[in-house]
Amino acid sequence: MAAHRCSRPVWLFILCSLSVFVIAGSHDTTVTHEQRAGVVDDPQTAAETAGQTAEQTAAEERQWEATEVREATPDDAAAEKQDTPAPETVVLQSFPQPKDDFQEELVVRPLHSGDIYASFQFRTQWETDFMRGNKVSHYRLFPKSLGQVISKFSVRELHISFTQGYWRTMQWGQPFLPSPPGAELWVWFQDSVTDVDATWKELTNVLSGIFCASLNFIDSTNTVQPSASFKPLGTGNVTDHRFLRYATLPREIVCTENLTPWKKLLPCGSKTGLAVLLKSEKLFHSSFHSQAVHIRPVCQDWQCKTTSWELRQTLNVVFDLHNSGQGKREWSLFKMFSRTLTEACPLASSSKIYIDITDNPEGEQFELSPATSLLSQAVVLGDRRTFSVYDLTQPATFGSVRSLNLLIRWKSNEGHMLRPLLHAERYVAGYGLQTGEIHTLMYNYHPYRSFPVLLLDTVPWYLRLYIHTLTVTSKGKDNQPSYIHYQPSKDRVRPHLLEMLVQLPPNSVTEVTVQFERALLKWTEYTPDPNHGFYVGSSVISALVPSIVAMDTNNTRERPLFSSFFPCKEESSYFVRVYTEPLLVNLPTPDFSMPYNVICLTCTVVAVGYGSLYNLLTRSFQIEEPSPGLAKRIANVIRKMRGVPPL
Amino acid sequence: MGLLSDPNRRRALINLLTRLNAPICVVCYIAGVTWFMGLAFEPFTLRTYMSENAMGSTMVEERFPSGERAVATGREFAAHKKKVGGMPVEWLVKTMQARGMEVYTQRFSRTLPFPDEDKERYLVKGTNVYGILRAPRAPRTEALVLSAPCTPGDNNNQAVGLLLGLAQYFRNQVYWAKDIIFLVNEHDLIGMQAWLEGYHHTNTTGMDWSPLQGRGGSIQAALTLELSSDVVTSLDLVLEGLNGQLPNLDLANLFYAFCQKIGVLCTIQGKLQRNDWDSVSGYSHAVQTMMLMVMKQASGRPWGDHGLFLRYHIEAATIKGINSFRQYKTDTTTIGRLLEGMYRKLNNLLERLHQSYFFYLMPSLSHFVSIGYYMPAFGLLAVILLLRALDLWVQLAAPPPRTEDGVADVEQQSSPGPLSVLTPLVISHLTGVALYMLPIQFQEMAVAQFPVSETEAVVLTAIAVYTSGLALPHNTNRLLSGEGTEQGWRVLKLVALLYLAVLLGCTALINFSLGFILALTLVPAAAFVTPHVPKFLSAFILVVLSPAFTLLFSVFFFQELQEMPVSFLDGWLLYLSVISQGILDHFLYGSLVYPLIALLVYPCWLLFWNILFWK
Repeated sequence: MAAHRCSRPVWLFILCSLSVFVIAGSHDTTVTHEQRAGVVDDPQTAAETAGQTAEQTAAEERQWEATEVREATPDDAAAEKQDTPAPETVVLQSFPQPKDDFQEELVVRPLHSGDIYASFQFRTQWETDFMRGNKVSHYRLFPKSLGQVISKFSVRELHISFTQGYWRTMQWGQPFLPSPPGAELWVWFQDSVTDVDATWKELTNVLSGIFCASLNFIDSTNTVQPSASFKPLGTGNVTDHRFLRYATLPREIVCTENLTPWKKLLPCGSKTGLAVLLKSEKLFHSSFHSQAVHIRPVCQDWQCKTTSWELRQTLNVVFDLHNSGQGKREWSLFKMFSRTLTEACPLASSSKIYIDITDNPEGEQFELSPATSLLSQAVVLGDRRTFSVYDLTQPATFGSVRSLNLLIRWKSNEGHMLRPLLHAERYVAGYGLQTGEIHTLMYNYHPYRSFPVLLLDTVPWYLRLYIHTLTVTSKGKDNQPSYIHYQPSKDRVRPHLLEMLVQLPPNSVTEVTVQFERALLKWTEYTPDPNHGFYVGSSVISALVPSIVAMDTNNTRERPLFSSFFPCKEESSYFVRVYTEPLLVNLPTPDFSMPYNVICLTCTVVAVGYGSLYNLLTRSFQIEEPSPGLAKRIANVIRKMRGVPPL
Repeated sequence: MGLLSDPNRRRALINLLTRLNAPICVVCYIAGVTWFMGLAFEPFTLRTYMSENAMGSTMVEERFPSGERAVATGREFAAHKKKVGGMPVEWLVKTMQARGMEVYTQRFSRTLPFPDEDKERYLVKGTNVYGILRAPRAPRTEALVLSAPCTPGDNNNQAVGLLLGLAQYFRNQVYWAKDIIFLVNEHDLIGMQAWLEGYHHTNTTGMDWSPLQGRGGSIQAALTLELSSDVVTSLDLVLEGLNGQLPNLDLANLFYAFCQKIGVLCTIQGKLQRNDWDSVSGYSHAVQTMMLMVMKQASGRPWGDHGLFLRYHIEAATIKGINSFRQYKTDTTTIGRLLEGMYRKLNNLLERLHQSYFFYLMPSLSHFVSIGYYMPAFGLLAVILLLRALDLWVQLAAPPPRTEDGVADVEQQSSPGPLSVLTPLVISHLTGVALYMLPIQFQEMAVAQFPVSETEAVVLTAIAVYTSGLALPHNTNRLLSGEGTEQGWRVLKLVALLYLAVLLGCTALINFSLGFILALTLVPAAAFVTPHVPKFLSAFILVVLSPAFTLLFSVFFFQELQEMPVSFLDGWLLYLSVISQGILDHFLYGSLVYPLIALLVYPCWLLFWNILFWK
């Protein structure tokens, strides 16, 4: 949570920021520690001071790294510039050139389950304007394919993620960047776009080509316009959700063919820098794999007069210790990625590796080698974390062997993970193929504080929700949502959209149930494997969760007394998004095999035979007199004229 | 149709059918029974084959190495079980966690409607423990289940040991695409019922269970393991589930294929298959195997813990280890490899098992009779009812013999009021309702009045209600305005025949074995009964052919088939316990046989009883 003393609306978006380090401004830096007495009012000042300090002490041995501010928010661009090694003169020389900048970093966090979590982030920033008819043709660091997409489709923000696997919140804690299994795409368009649906359709097809994924299967039946759950993360406070489109493909399988185009968007490709670690044979030999691309406009300076475009490419992967560890609990870069690092990407202004050592302050949990003296603190997802930092731009990092192979050797098995405060799961209840019930469980593990969450549910039309059966209960009592946005489905046109703002009482489970009926599809609408079932995408839970740091009231950490009476506002809650597991629902499926044909055939026969059988049952049959011959009929006519009874 | 729309030919046909009605019925009956017996003759049956492509062509390797360790784990489990005196929940949770699984527990409790004397339980409280092995990079949408019941005494420890051994081995493999749930359930079927209801959040039987914390999506297939010795001679496959439901035949094929591959003796109904189908003994062996399956299926009860999965459209089977006096023994490693192979193939499934048959009978593990082959046997029996109904219809529709003075009388007779049919229908069904409700309702009163236990009270009340229903015809006659007319019983019998035909037809579609066994006894009774046959003999025959006696014969026949003949007294006691078990199955697991018999079949039979005593 970075929005602190300043209360400009821009900061509110940072609240929703998915950035790796959401940092409490200057609070954690040495500078602040030292200068606590003269309370820093403006973060900018702090940032600058921090930057100066960093420059002054760059060559010296440092205890605390002072660069977090740069990570904090896009708005700290000024601070960041000072922090970058590029000399100011260069910037001045290339002034007519649009300024661009590339940063790369890797965060490694040993998890308590014994798994290891590695998160790559690559950020490219470019001061340019794709809009207003500007024809941008010279690209340096920013990938041209995406730049063209932005300008052609008037994209304001684009977020796309491909995930294979499900993030196990209860074992792994919260991820830096949450994403649902399968593919997820959400886009804010500029308000100049007139036909949003057509643009969206075209955009998904283009992205499908760029990322080699089945995004072309996104159509109106799985696209929704959430009214509250997905707000823009960049500048601009447009909240007209007509310009927002959100779609997920829970069935999408992510593999190397999606990774390769993703890697090609990097300025250094996978040749040098951190990207050399991205070898698909190792990345897909893991418990969880997620890659994403986020494009958004960010402020260029603190006054936010001009905006620049930020492209963030992230890749998260969780390696399973159990599978390949064979009892020996040891991890190294080489073991994880079958590569070691030899240099930073030459185009990168910053290239760093962070290892989360919060649970290991005295080195009793695991041993880290080579050791680094550079430390960094940050409040990540409401928790104060400590990291060891390896700066790849410094040749000293690679040591005498000219190669960096980080090694973590566990010493003890114990370890207690702080339970995530928010957790959700979902399942289908009931049996049979006619009806069912979707249960969504939301757990609030906070001991004494309740908080609101926004639940977004997108259900395909072939599950017909009985919205009157919607119940929200917590602790056995009815829980009235304070906001409900429901858009009913239209068969074969659009899905159900249900958004609710629910207050989760402290230490409770809130259960949302809704019954549905399974529709019988037309026989051409079934997938080639109808007996596999049909997917329902994850529901999305967005929440401002009270921070663990703010929970810490019994002064376990040494803090000045005057600073700790009121819970710090800026740390009191943080934004988190939790995705539930997708659902696999069986629909009534005809047996598309030989008996099915037999049934069709017999039904036809029965239908034909029905008429005659019906005749037999309803009519009475009598033997008819044979019709009289011509002569007789003439005779009868004559007799009738004569008034004599006929023959 | 042309044949029937021509009145002359139609009349001729109807004449033929009415004149030859009795012989045709007899021929149909004999043909039906013969057809059924022919089903076990090997040349008439089909060889089993794997229909599911995902399981057929893909070869898997079985490498499970640690059978010895599994046996040791089983011993450890036994020791802890003995120490705790029940399910060692804590030990299981710790052991499963050590194997790298997500472990959850579920508590449940159930008060039985009356004490179960077979298993000596009334107030059941227990805990299920299950661990979920999460498949890497799978989004928790599909799961497979391997379960082993924790039974009291020394039974089934090896099954739990092997389950834990497999869990450890599976954990270190990378190829899983579906989550695998390892479940140890207490109190066998009750625990399983609680777990399944918790997993699917339904409550069909009024059980108390704590909600489940972890799930793995929709369960694709399940296997239940029963293993009580370190080595086994053969593995037995149990398929029959609740209400006679069977898993997809591909599951049986999978088991058979792996037994062949690994070289384990495998049986079904505890019977090995024989190659000498052309000899009399070989044929009678096949008949025995098939009849055992028919009897088990007809009972409608789950014959293993797998039986309850089938309600949720989860293909499931029980694999039982049998240790007999054969020389050749199979060790736990081999069984582990067999299960590993089966799970790897199930893991390869892209869709639910649906390619093969759901309705079949198995005269041996390698041969099966599909629904298309066995249905004609039932059809031949059912057609008798329709023929008799046609006969009656023609008799009713035919103009009554003309008498000069009796025109008005005939008018009156030919239109018996609906009341005359309705009254016996209503009364017999009320008797059925009494048979369904009273035994449970009156058990306390019966226990207070008579020196019997609750279970006995229930069973004896049921028998008493059943017998007192036989006194019904007199009541009906008294309720009717006057003496029953000739036309009256014909209408009643017509209704009863059609009723029975529909009833048996529907039953046979869902549970062929039950429908067929009921048809075997009820159809002759329904066909011959009129008020004009000798009363005493007919009444005796009718009683002998009633559902209760069918059950009694089935009990003796089943014992005979299992080569465990019982004396009459033992048989009677067994019969009583079977009735109580049937009622319990209904209340505990939702088996439908008891309500079917009580609410529909028995009233229908009472109608025929009513016809016999029409005058």
